Amino acid sequence: MALKKISDCEWELEKGYQKGMLVPGRIFANKTILRDIEDGALRQCANVASIPGILKYSIAMPDIHYGYGFPIGGVAAFDSDTGVISPGGVGFDINCGVRLLKTNLSIDDIKPNIKELIDNIFQNVPSGVGKKGKIRLSITELEDVFYRGAEWAADNEYGWKKDLDNIEENGRMLNSDPNKVSDFAKKRGAPQLGTLGSGNHFLEIQQVDKIFDKDLANAYGILDEGQVTVMIHTGSRGCGHQICSDYLNEMERAAKKYGIKIPDRQLACAPAKSIEAQNYYDAMKCGVNYGFANRQAITHWTRESFENVLHEDSESLDMQTIYEVAHNIAKLEEHVVDGTKKQVYVHRKGATRAFGPHTTGIPKKYQDYGQPVIIPGDMGSASYLLAGTEKAMKTTFGSTCHGAGRKISRAAAKRKFRGDAVIKAMAKQGIYVRATNKTMIAEEAHGAYKDVNEVVRSAVESGISKVVAKLTPVGVTKG
Amino acid sequence: MKYEYFDVTADVGVKAFGSTINEVFENSAIAVFHLMCSTKKVAHLKQIRIQVKSTDLEGLIREWLTQLLGLKDIHGMMFSKFKVQVDEKKMSLDGVGWGEETQEKHLIKTEVKAVTSHLIEVKKNKQWQAKFILDL
Repeated sequence: MALKKISDCEWELEKGYQKGMLVPGRIFANKTILRDIEDGALRQCANVASIPGILKYSIAMPDIHYGYGFPIGGVAAFDSDTGVISPGGVGFDINCGVRLLKTNLSIDDIKPNIKELIDNIFQNVPSGVGKKGKIRLSITELEDVFYRGAEWAADNEYGWKKDLDNIEENGRMLNSDPNKVSDFAKKRGAPQLGTLGSGNHFLEIQQVDKIFDKDLANAYGILDEGQVTVMIHTGSRGCGHQICSDYLNEMERAAKKYGIKIPDRQLACAPAKSIEAQNYYDAMKCGVNYGFANRQAITHWTRESFENVLHEDSESLDMQTIYEVAHNIAKLEEHVVDGTKKQVYVHRKGATRAFGPHTTGIPKKYQDYGQPVIIPGDMGSASYLLAGTEKAMKTTFGSTCHGAGRKISRAAAKRKFRGDAVIKAMAKQGIYVRATNKTMIAEEAHGAYKDVNEVVRSAVESGISKVVAKLTPVGVTKG
Repeated sequence: MKYEYFDVTADVGVKAFGSTINEVFENSAIAVFHLMCSTKKVAHLKQIRIQVKSTDLEGLIREWLTQLLGLKDIHGMMFSKFKVQVDEKKMSLDGVGWGEETQEKHLIKTEVKAVTSHLIEVKKNKQWQAKFILDL
């Protein structure tokens, strides 16, 4: 393997690794994590390094694994003048992301109610394959969602207005253009707003298992171990999938038109300033805003379920949004490259923005602390709350990992685990699981994922994040 | 054999076979929907016509399957039977999908989000074969 050691948690994939690489790869991983990285994922990291206009290096986060073009856990920034925009660098689930809610409850307060809470949420939040939601949208209303994202949801009494302060981009990417979204994508998106979906998406009730940094934890609203939190992981549903699919065709044509040679069809892209790239970017923002509105609506019903079961107002339960992050997104951001401030298109494919203290784009109240970063683990282990750092700003375009990262395939997981056995084992651990089907539980079993503790350790030891708190599940709903 | 699946870390790969180009497109669709539900339990109550165009066979199969995934969401249904006519010269497809509204009896499994272009291939050796990776 052509990996040069930079530090214990940072490795360079040298330019000689693969023909056509314009920059090296940079992998953030400790030795334990490094062992599990497939060759295919390294090849994909190298493929990304060969896309025109890529700056510094093709970045691989500790949760990197083989994807379908870009590796999952990949970050690539392109010069806004000479670089490209690539839909594959965002992926099909545009603005797949995570929201973390706090409460003033302790685990002892809700222990007898966990099953009832999860069952209530399971009924209240539509989930499952192709599920239609409870929100009925006309195409005009959907276009309003495309424009205004979570703001639309809050204005329509889904969630609180103050939630918006604590969402990446305040829950709304500006200058989205619904005219750039196909009618088919609109029809696909209209019935699904406010649905969790299936696969690795989940809604989880958690407890704070360990606080690592008291100051940061307090700043984010985590006060005690045993405090109850809620995590929502979902994206832009069929709407985002269709926007990406539509523009992959467009970008394949554009890549040919502009003479861009790509090593993999899924990496199709167009010069950042071209009409094709800008059309995609404006359409992608519609998908991003749909994702923000989706999690905002689900937050509303989650609060409603807590109110139904605990007979207490969600305001008095202090169910505030700690933060919400996107982990499949492309954004025009300002970063320092070779000592010069530059506008760059940062593509995060299974990676999270992790801006350090005193940066624009993070809430005022978190300015001294850095941006909260939410890392969902697999359902049998733990999730983490991290903070962005200055080192991330300098080395990873303000980015970090996004989750545990799969270790074995879904089919292999199904061969290895049985859904009902996984549910029983989790019950023994004190975790109640409610899912639409058991096969999926086997696919999502703890053993199918990398050790999230090691992923987080890698991110922290390399300096691209600080660890704030560890959160463990007590109740899980899955589509 | 109509189709088989192969392992990919986070997703699922499909290899579909057919003695004609039409058959390989039909079997590819069955493979996609069989990942989501038990297709044998989906009745052929509703039929939808699909017409797509592309510049090559790989683009055409991706477009055909993407349309089906979209229609599944739009109509809240599952498909279980397909009939297509591929025109290789015009690089177009005229097809029909049969299915019904999604119900519990379909034993819904996981969701297929999209058909990726990664390593996608449609070719003819002794018989027709399509290979593609689905994003789950």
